[in-house]
Amino acid sequence: MKPAAFTYHDPRTVEDALRVLADVGDEGKVLAGGQSLLPILNMRLASPAHLVDINKVAGLSAVSADAGGVTVGATARHTEVERDEAAYAVQPLLRQALRLVAHPAIRNRGTTCGSLAHADPAGEMTAVLALTGGAVRLRTSTAEREVAAADFFLGPLESCLRPGELLVSVHFPAFPAGTGTAFVEVARRHGDYALCGVAAAVTRDGDGTVTSARAAYISVSPTPLVLDLTDAAPDWAAAGRLARERVDPEADIHSTVAYRRQLVEVLTVRALTAGVAA
Amino acid sequence: MTEQVRPVTLVVNGTGHRITVPVRRLLSDALRHDLGLTGTHVGCEHGVCGACTVLLDGLPVRSCLLFAVTVDGADITTVEGLAAADGTPHPVQQAFTECHALQCGFCTPGFMTTIAAALQDNPDPDEEQARAIIGGNLCRCTGYQNIVKAVVRAAAIARERA
Ligand SMILES: Cc1cc2nc3c(=O)[nH]c(=O)nc-3n(C[C@H](O)[C@H](O)[C@H](O)COP(=O)(O)OP(=O)(O)OC[C@H]3O[C@@H](n4cnc5c(N)ncnc54)[C@H](O)[C@@H]3O)c2cc1C
Ligand code: FES
Ligand code: FES
Repeated sequence: MKPAAFTYHDPRTVEDALRVLADVGDEGKVLAGGQSLLPILNMRLASPAHLVDINKVAGLSAVSADAGGVTVGATARHTEVERDEAAYAVQPLLRQALRLVAHPAIRNRGTTCGSLAHADPAGEMTAVLALTGGAVRLRTSTAEREVAAADFFLGPLESCLRPGELLVSVHFPAFPAGTGTAFVEVARRHGDYALCGVAAAVTRDGDGTVTSARAAYISVSPTPLVLDLTDAAPDWAAAGRLARERVDPEADIHSTVAYRRQLVEVLTVRALTAGVAA
Repeated sequence: MTEQVRPVTLVVNGTGHRITVPVRRLLSDALRHDLGLTGTHVGCEHGVCGACTVLLDGLPVRSCLLFAVTVDGADITTVEGLAAADGTPHPVQQAFTECHALQCGFCTPGFMTTIAAALQDNPDPDEEQARAIIGGNLCRCTGYQNIVKAVVRAAAIARERA
């Protein structure tokens, strides 16, 4: 199917974009990579009166990394973040997760900020933001605020973004020295949204003792779930059982509750084991 | 409401075109309906099948998930642009013929553009990597085995020609 008619805006500066977004209010939608929005428009699940295309806005495409972490601008594509060597060195979980996001042709266009704004509980980057304890920067024509991962996601496909607000960038902090990370998932087909996915970060001190073992989950909760499994370390089988008890997944056409719980346990063990080895 | 239209310039397979389209025109439809380049196929219109894949500034993208106005001025390669100017088939095209990698052909343009771009990144894929390259494209006829062979063969042809 084809999208319903809309009025198109293609501002060239952030200020112009914010002005247009303020004018159109809740009649408007931001168009970033379009890799989630276009399917919705094509299927007429939504028909916003105004689209504000941010692809031509200058100054939003940077990926920058320093010792503190990685900052990604609103129009940086998944592929650009995935391939960025400096970003990988500082926060390897980004690349580990992005490889599992859809297919290269989707990642060439889809943006990392857009996938966070979309707030799909099956979206890998929501777990990465939650596990790293990152934050997004939101701007309107009159105000700016920074929102932590824990406060940003409100429910499935629902974030605290307000009409007129633009997510201008996201910051993924680095983990402490001695941290290994991994992202593992099970999907029906390679590139599909996962039935369950687990991001893990395991930190060890100089003696090799685990000081922190945490995991974040996709597709098993309305918003990304972070579990602290340090108490079970280094018995990863026990950590898997602990995680299984702590989740409350829902069934859908792809999976029963029991199967999702099973995936949580098995993938937790895999992710923590891989995190330690990393 | 009268529908908003915009002039858009697309450089497709090296030739510049200026068209005036409704702002909601998908790139896939702009190529097919406005430019008459029907090599780009449309299967699902929600990004899943890969039949509409074209190269945008050299990188594969779904043309059904882009508005023509968004990519105003961009350089686009469709399946029609893969062969050399003298008509010599692209290595991927020759490999598809040799390996019998298509049946009905509906999915083929999307596979070819995807594979052509991937071989730029990885000129010598093994079979495992070939499978990963085509993981985002659906084919309802072939069972994929011959397409995997064609990826590996296309890389070999490109090397033979070099
Ligand atoms: C076949 C297919 C498979 C996919 N598989 C996966 C997968 O496995 N995992 C995964 O995570 N994703 C997957 N995706 C989605 C993909 O990652 C998208 O790129 C991403 O979800 C949205 O980013 P976008 O830039 O395309 O946003 P858009 O589609 O442009 O926008 C999505 C939503 O976010 C809003 N928005 C976007 N950017 C901003 C901003 N800066 N400020 C405010 N609001 C904004 C839009 O208004 C819209 O509501 C898949 C997509 C397809 C088509
Ligand atoms: S028609 Fe574009 S991906 Fe299927
Ligand atoms: S050859 Fe018929 S769909 Fe692939």
